Amino acid sequence: MTASLVLTAAAQGVDELIAALARRGYCVVGPRLRDGAMVLEELQGAASLPVGWTDEQEAATYRVHRRDDRALFAYAVGPQSPRRYLSPPRKTLWSALRIEGGFQFEGEADEPPPYAFVGVKACELAAIAVQDKVLRDGPYPDPSYVRARQQAFFVGVNCGSPAATCFCTSMGTGPAVEAGHDLAITELLTAGAHELLVEIGSDRGGEVMAEVQSTVSWRPATDGDREAKHQIVAESAVRMTRRLEPTVARDVLIANLEHPRWDDVATRCLSCTNCTLVCPTCFCSAVEDVSSLDGDRAERVQRWDSCFTLGHSTLHGAGSVRGDTRSRYRQWLTHKLSTWWDQFGVSGCVGCGRCIAWCPAGIDLTEEVAAIAREKEQ
Amino acid sequence: MVSTTSRPKIAVWKFASCDGCQLSLLDCEDELLAVADRVQIAYFLEATRATIDGPYDLSIVEGSITTEHDAERIKTIRALSRHLITIGACATAGGVQALRNYSDIDDYLGIVYATPAYISTLATSTPISAHVQVDFELRGCPIDKHQLLEVLTAFLGQRRPNIAGHSVCVECKLRGNVCVLVAGGTPCLGPITHAGCGALCPTYARGCYGCFGPAEDPNPASLSAQLDRLGVDRVDLIRMLRTFNTGAEPFRAESQRLMTEASSP
Repeated sequence: MTASLVLTAAAQGVDELIAALARRGYCVVGPRLRDGAMVLEELQGAASLPVGWTDEQEAATYRVHRRDDRALFAYAVGPQSPRRYLSPPRKTLWSALRIEGGFQFEGEADEPPPYAFVGVKACELAAIAVQDKVLRDGPYPDPSYVRARQQAFFVGVNCGSPAATCFCTSMGTGPAVEAGHDLAITELLTAGAHELLVEIGSDRGGEVMAEVQSTVSWRPATDGDREAKHQIVAESAVRMTRRLEPTVARDVLIANLEHPRWDDVATRCLSCTNCTLVCPTCFCSAVEDVSSLDGDRAERVQRWDSCFTLGHSTLHGAGSVRGDTRSRYRQWLTHKLSTWWDQFGVSGCVGCGRCIAWCPAGIDLTEEVAAIAREKEQ
Repeated sequence: MVSTTSRPKIAVWKFASCDGCQLSLLDCEDELLAVADRVQIAYFLEATRATIDGPYDLSIVEGSITTEHDAERIKTIRALSRHLITIGACATAGGVQALRNYSDIDDYLGIVYATPAYISTLATSTPISAHVQVDFELRGCPIDKHQLLEVLTAFLGQRRPNIAGHSVCVECKLRGNVCVLVAGGTPCLGPITHAGCGALCPTYARGCYGCFGPAEDPNPASLSAQLDRLGVDRVDLIRMLRTFNTGAEPFRAESQRLMTEASSP
């Protein structure tokens, strides 16, 4: 059985946890309320979290609301994922300076600090495992991802607050934190108490907790605590009404590449890239060569790109090979749900629902897949 | 300093416009000396009265074509220029003055001028590309000075400028902005607007005004439908599309479609 304990004062426990992680040199990152959404930024203490706030999500809609308690983790995923830190939006791959008789090259400019992520949902950990297959375990590992990933510390949270856009249950990626975490928290909030059940998932997780335990009040976890956790995730699971069957989606899409639904979705799709840039598993990037006005300095910059930009599918002399929205949307969905399996052995979707909520046109991939599956049967 | 003769000769030309875009070049305060070191500024009346005759290696053109005289002048400039790039919404889309394209020009003349007969003007405001071959169009109202420097640097380095045609949404996501449309219900043209400003307005929690014109392959009708669901009035939606880039075809066509829809029973 996993080693577990209960921190009997939740906010104080999180404060000490963040302090212990900071002492170990981590930049502690977690959800913060900014500009009407839970974004991922550096945390100073429990008070940095969206205390007493929750969110409401639907297709093309995201709103935050006050709760009538002091819950620390009572919201679903926001628009950003740890991808922002492990594989940042922009990085300079190398730079070159003109010197006498040639160039002097320099490698990646700044090495980011090790990150500790607090409040990570199961779908998020599943997404990181997917990105590992792409950016770490494949034939061409991304060195800065590998380094950031190896250093990263994860404090997971068993999800008690799925949004209406969530469907991790059907994808088999949540709502319980089962792998990839150093610590897993369950927030136990009742009328009389506000506690955190903490389960230890790694040796370094145990070391951090030993330090936390020496400064805050705690008690051993009971069967009752573990039962409460199971109930929380079980309730979350049944609250998720959206569904996607990963293997059904895989087979249906790839068998229906000329389905009229692709034309239909193309009338609604904005090709704006939002779905791909909020997706925690998307990894596409572009490289730009930048030179200084005097021609003495050059840089190669890598930045996030999307299969929805024309530049991404532009071939030299041929223009974009996916020149219309229909082909770009089909590329995104069939790659995410079908051909990702061929490439990486898993689905590229973890059911976090971000692409549904943050699509300005409200396109819902579960609905698109269902429509193609349904119309196929007729 | 590179010798005068080996430096490319650059000319900056003004047509119907507010001067704001060529001012962006003077705005490059920190980089201006470096620019002046690499090029020979042969014609730039906003900066200096001293001019050098053509031909020119690069002509930078601001403004739209609104008179017969200018329609001829741009042809002469093109003939004198090895490369010609246009900068700003006026030069690339006709500018806000292209609002005249929806009306009878004589109505405007009668309202604005005491003696309309003295005025010689065309009925339309059109982009430079409607008159001559343009080698590169730099968008924006006004243009972004960093993008202008990038275009000049690329020209000097004989490489392609890194000017992306994707939507403003990409810039918001790169910056870590929260989407004002989804999280705030704020009307925003970002999903159909060309990047380049660095998502300036959404960074300050405002919706995008579309200053850089239509993005590559935009879908304005889908955005209209979404803004309609958010409760944006049809007239306001038409006004959103009819600003500095009203003459850009995707914005023009969508506003026209909305007008037609509004007037049909």
